Amino acid sequence: MLNKQGRQTDIATASRLSAGATTTHSGNKGLEQDELLIYEIGDTQRCGVDLEEVGEFEDRLGGITRDNEIGLAGLSEPETMRHYTRLSRKNYAIDMGLYPLGSCTMKHNPRLNEKVARLPGLSDIHPLQPISTVQGALEVMDMLAHWLKTLTGMPAVAMSPKAGAHGELCGLMAIRSALDKRGENRSIVLAPESAHGTNPATATLCGYKVKSIPATEDGRVDLVALKAALGPDVAAIMLTNPNTCGLFERDVIEIADAVHEAGGYFYCDGANFNAIVGKVRPGDLGVDAMHINLHKTFSTPHGGGGPGAGPVVLSEALAPFAPVPYVIHGEEGFELVEHIAEDSDSFGRMTAFHGQMGMNIRALAFMMSHGADGLARVAEDSVLNANYIMASLEDVMTVSYPGPCMHECLFDDRFLAGTGVATLDFAKAMIDEGYHPMTMYFPLVVQGAMLIEPTESESKQSLDQFIGSLRHLVAEAKAGNKDLFSGAPYFAPLRRLDETLAARKPVLRWRKSE
Amino acid sequence: MRYLPLSPSDRAEMLAKIGVDHIDDLFKDVPKSALLKEPVDLPLHMSEMQVDRDFRALAEKNIPAGSHPFFCSAGAYRHYVPSTVDHMIQRGEFLTAYTPYQPEISQGTLQTLFEFQTQVAQITGMDVANASMYDGSTACGEAVLMARRATRKKKAILSGSLHPQYIDVVKTATKYTDDVTVINPVETYFVDDLIAQIDDETSCVVVQNPDFFGNLQDFTALAEALHARKALLVVVVTEVVSLGAVRSPGSMGADIVVGEGQSIGNGLNFGGPYVGLLATRQKYVRTMPGRVCGETVDADGKRGYVLTLSTREQHIRREKATSNICTNAGLCTLAFTIHMTLLGEKGFRHLARLNHSKAVKLADKLSCVDGIQVLNDSFFNEFTISLPLNAAKVIESLADVEILGGVPLSRLYPNNEKLSNQMLVAVTETVTEDDMDRLVTELKELINAK
Amino acid sequence: MTTYYSEEHEWVTIEGNNGTVGITNYAQNALGDIVFIEVPEVGSSHAKGDEVAVVESVKAASEIFALIGGEVTAINEALEEDPALVNAQAETDGWFYKVALSNVQELEGLMDADGYKAFIATLD
Repeated sequence: MLNKQGRQTDIATASRLSAGATTTHSGNKGLEQDELLIYEIGDTQRCGVDLEEVGEFEDRLGGITRDNEIGLAGLSEPETMRHYTRLSRKNYAIDMGLYPLGSCTMKHNPRLNEKVARLPGLSDIHPLQPISTVQGALEVMDMLAHWLKTLTGMPAVAMSPKAGAHGELCGLMAIRSALDKRGENRSIVLAPESAHGTNPATATLCGYKVKSIPATEDGRVDLVALKAALGPDVAAIMLTNPNTCGLFERDVIEIADAVHEAGGYFYCDGANFNAIVGKVRPGDLGVDAMHINLHKTFSTPHGGGGPGAGPVVLSEALAPFAPVPYVIHGEEGFELVEHIAEDSDSFGRMTAFHGQMGMNIRALAFMMSHGADGLARVAEDSVLNANYIMASLEDVMTVSYPGPCMHECLFDDRFLAGTGVATLDFAKAMIDEGYHPMTMYFPLVVQGAMLIEPTESESKQSLDQFIGSLRHLVAEAKAGNKDLFSGAPYFAPLRRLDETLAARKPVLRWRKSE
Repeated sequence: MRYLPLSPSDRAEMLAKIGVDHIDDLFKDVPKSALLKEPVDLPLHMSEMQVDRDFRALAEKNIPAGSHPFFCSAGAYRHYVPSTVDHMIQRGEFLTAYTPYQPEISQGTLQTLFEFQTQVAQITGMDVANASMYDGSTACGEAVLMARRATRKKKAILSGSLHPQYIDVVKTATKYTDDVTVINPVETYFVDDLIAQIDDETSCVVVQNPDFFGNLQDFTALAEALHARKALLVVVVTEVVSLGAVRSPGSMGADIVVGEGQSIGNGLNFGGPYVGLLATRQKYVRTMPGRVCGETVDADGKRGYVLTLSTREQHIRREKATSNICTNAGLCTLAFTIHMTLLGEKGFRHLARLNHSKAVKLADKLSCVDGIQVLNDSFFNEFTISLPLNAAKVIESLADVEILGGVPLSRLYPNNEKLSNQMLVAVTETVTEDDMDRLVTELKELINAK
Repeated sequence: MTTYYSEEHEWVTIEGNNGTVGITNYAQNALGDIVFIEVPEVGSSHAKGDEVAVVESVKAASEIFALIGGEVTAINEALEEDPALVNAQAETDGWFYKVALSNVQELEGLMDADGYKAFIATLD
């Protein structure tokens, strides 16, 4: 087999196979190294830190001194370095390639943001230091609030929510508090069928029942059905816009008006803000509350699943109900309101301290780097990239809804019909091509959904390579090369994992074997 | 713009491929009235150097802990984090990966989570732990909701010596789902007072150890009383280093342990991001919120790890999920795990003993000052003192001479006159004998100047 | 001893006033590999149509609604250790719980074996 440079690629493999060696003594394959658990490498006596000696003294532990071994495994510093470096190499990451996970906005994470977040003046400060010693930190919070309010066209923002779902809870709590204050006992939250799972889960935490709104044939909220569902019992609608099918809700202003007319509030799930940042202000669409995933639109690193940050912008009507703490401009500089005054309508506190400060700094650095002009470009390029992928694949894969799409494009698995290749298998074959698969089976409104979000970070060259790989896989599937898919991945650090076994007999920790 | 790879000619070619003339043609579904004609009213893009300069100027306006004697605590603790930790969490393969939903190419994150879950279960003395929550306070709210699911009862009792902001967070999180009562606010709880409150409707009692004021207690009797009523004991630990020196909540009969894991591997960061710990007994695994990593094998029979028990979670269970939580504290758990691995059993216990010995030393020094009283009989590395002066003013005066002397209780209990002369003081391994002497000297001067 | 079936793919075998309840082979096949079954507590009561159990596969959770009302007298403890039993023997060893019927008339309207067979033939 020839590679793209026209060189023979399988000679080494062939010679090794002819030498009769399909495995190695160590189990490693060159740079791909197996790695045991720390508990199998280290022990309770090994240690990778040097600490000053402790002399004799009388303890004041109130008679509850620990009297048993914990069992923690320790490693020396070089062993620790090697262990986690080896493990890191088993991860796919944005730094390595296109990460097309729809609805997750996997964009480049600039290292400047990491650098400034680590300045001692911003990282090594305690949340309860005297306010006079943290004026710069409060200024960062205030600046970020200003950027978020300006970009969304909203008058207020609650900065403390720790992630998107936490922001949803904040927004719905504000809505419920506003309704309580009006003396209204509304019990229903409307959400489209295509909503993120967090929407119904959050509504339940606020004591609401969720009623699902069907979609039209072109993948948007059915306005007629929505209007029919509105009434004196509806507290709010939770709507993602652009929606989870990657489409802008054309009727969004009419939806907002109808909800407001019925006395309800419009909660917007801001997960897809990347498509419109700098181009459209949600405040102009009639939104009452919207969380912003700083780890999506404003590129704070996903870190293998967190930490995130989910500030919530609020309309004039909901602003009085915002949680503590918040920053105000006082006579001698910035002040932090940490307690709820007796005459305040604030619904409470969502977290100890003041929210995800480390994430705020990174997001603000990202915004300042781009500026108003660059952020609009972010939206444009992310939408351009998604439409380019759609246009380049629509002849071989099935586009679920006609475009233009926003920053992500939705395909379904109709193009695999009759090939015998399952949707999941198709995704796993992408791993062998060197890509992280797209979001699969979400949104739930289409069969075998494949949601691709390239983000603005991809060059045209990178998109063309990705498109080339997908076209190749489609051709292989249609040619009946089923094994390429059913056994995939072949080239990843591990083959397909048995998730049924993991769930049937959960092993959630290491234990010393008896 | 340095972060955007497309060139003008790329854009033109791509628009042609799509079949439109102008980028705004792709925004045609946006109502005309809402599509902005020009950039919003914010500064334009900046060079990396300029942004760097601006943040340095902002950082200059704060007094960082490391440059001064530092004694603040109350739920966030300043420990020395080994250099290896920060280097490793900045590796792109960890930093820029998503949630490990594709296990074949996420074993790095997954195996680390498995190690993390094991470490958390071990130090808390519990069977299992999840892959982390946002922070200790939100984990505490989740624990109360979890106790309701496990017991099918909804009356939670909180000890008054639980961190006051944790109390507020629990009240907010359970506002529409549970009945929460706080017993003896602002007092160190007495186990008997709490036991007297338990009835058949009680889902759980939440206590903190060391408590907000630094005191340590044994809750074995409380656990027994709760179990007799089919209710759960929830123990909160805000300073996890203490678990290297004191008996684990599990050994006292706790059913759920929640913790703030910031002390291990994570800096102060002005309050976040931190890492919430949640551990429990095997029988409650399926009522646990959040992500969980479990062991399995791949198609070739090799050991590997996956996210599991996901049917509890919002993306599958939607309105019936155990929680609306979606993310965990990914990178902060990694920092925790690496730091804990460097410490190991030996280092962790040594670190705990070192913290305690230094705290004892400062408590002894302060006790010798006329007018200062150490209020704790027992403590780990933080304790409460009373002064003959307003504590908030003392803290301000100390800041003026570049000492971050602790946290005045009035910061957290603003309307409680009784506490206005009290402050929390903490000593970790980062505090030197010189630091202690400076604090003692300055306090003496302030008291004498009265 | 007679077995009745519902359109929600549950079965109940009646002996006197007592019933044994489970899901059908058709249902287990549609659900795929079952990893966990949440059964009701012994001693609890439910009405016809109430949610009584949850069947979990790796990526889905399905609620099971009671096809008859009554008080739960026993649960199949083997399922906790081995949920795969439902995949292997849905209509025998993979039973969920036993119930003391509160109203025998609720059985009317359920299908017999032949009726159910004819019913599933209309699906797919």
